[in-house]
Amino acid sequence: MNEPVRFSQVNIGDALPPLTMPPISRLTLALYCGASGDHNPLHVDQDFAREAGLGDVIAHGMLIMAYLGRTLTNWVPQPAIQTFGTRFLAMTRVGDAVTCTARITDKLAAAHAVRVTVEARDQRGELKAAGDALIALPA
Amino acid sequence: MIDRKLIGYASKPFVADVERGRLRFFARAIGETNPLYLDEETARCAGHPDLPVPQTFFFCLEMDRPDPYGWFDDLGIDLPKVLHGEQQFTYHRLAHAGDRLRFDATITDLYNKKGGLLEFVVQDNVITNQRAERVAEFRRTLVIRHE
Repeated sequence: MNEPVRFSQVNIGDALPPLTMPPISRLTLALYCGASGDHNPLHVDQDFAREAGLGDVIAHGMLIMAYLGRTLTNWVPQPAIQTFGTRFLAMTRVGDAVTCTARITDKLAAAHAVRVTVEARDQRGELKAAGDALIALPA
Repeated sequence: MIDRKLIGYASKPFVADVERGRLRFFARAIGETNPLYLDEETARCAGHPDLPVPQTFFFCLEMDRPDPYGWFDDLGIDLPKVLHGEQQFTYHRLAHAGDRLRFDATITDLYNKKGGLLEFVVQDNVITNQRAERVAEFRRTLVIRHE
């Protein structure tokens, strides 16, 4: 992030550097449970998840969103990010390896901002989460 | 079915202290490699007073309430049936370790889909810092499965 990304230098369709995470393990979920403070047992307690009809634990949607967020802050400093939203579309399970991609889908000249859409897919290409961010850039 | 009269239901305001160690733990848990989020010295050199709160961690801080699922009971929501459907943040300024953030949460919408098989709960949070400056807002949409 040495050279700042400039509004004049980016184009609709440009891709941000993607981010591929190692497969999600039960340890990944346990660490996220503790660090995030989201102690919902659905994410770490297999008995509870089975009882809830999900078969096994599922990853926190917010873990996937945090991965997506990293693609943004790997590209621009965090204060540039004005909004960031995600819809959670499919459950992410133990063993899934998530790849996050992001690309510019709009340039808003008056605001010197770009709209970036983000997607998280697993190793089979299944879409887990999708959303967008509004990012202000220097001229 | 959740009573639509509960639109407007406000949780007790919650104040959370942003702790540096916790931010570092979170950064590791999400596989963060950017030293800005891990190393205080790097953050200071980049002009930050301390480690910055990353984009999604505001959601996590709000869950540090003494009873984060207490409002589920008040609304009659059964935890095992709940999934996170959507999450939206709007940012105004950064927060850092050492800040004290206040969360004001209100239920702003309740609706159904698939003839009531899916219920949606929309909760809006407003976050202000110890200087009474608006830091961010976030909207959490929960889906309750009745299938």
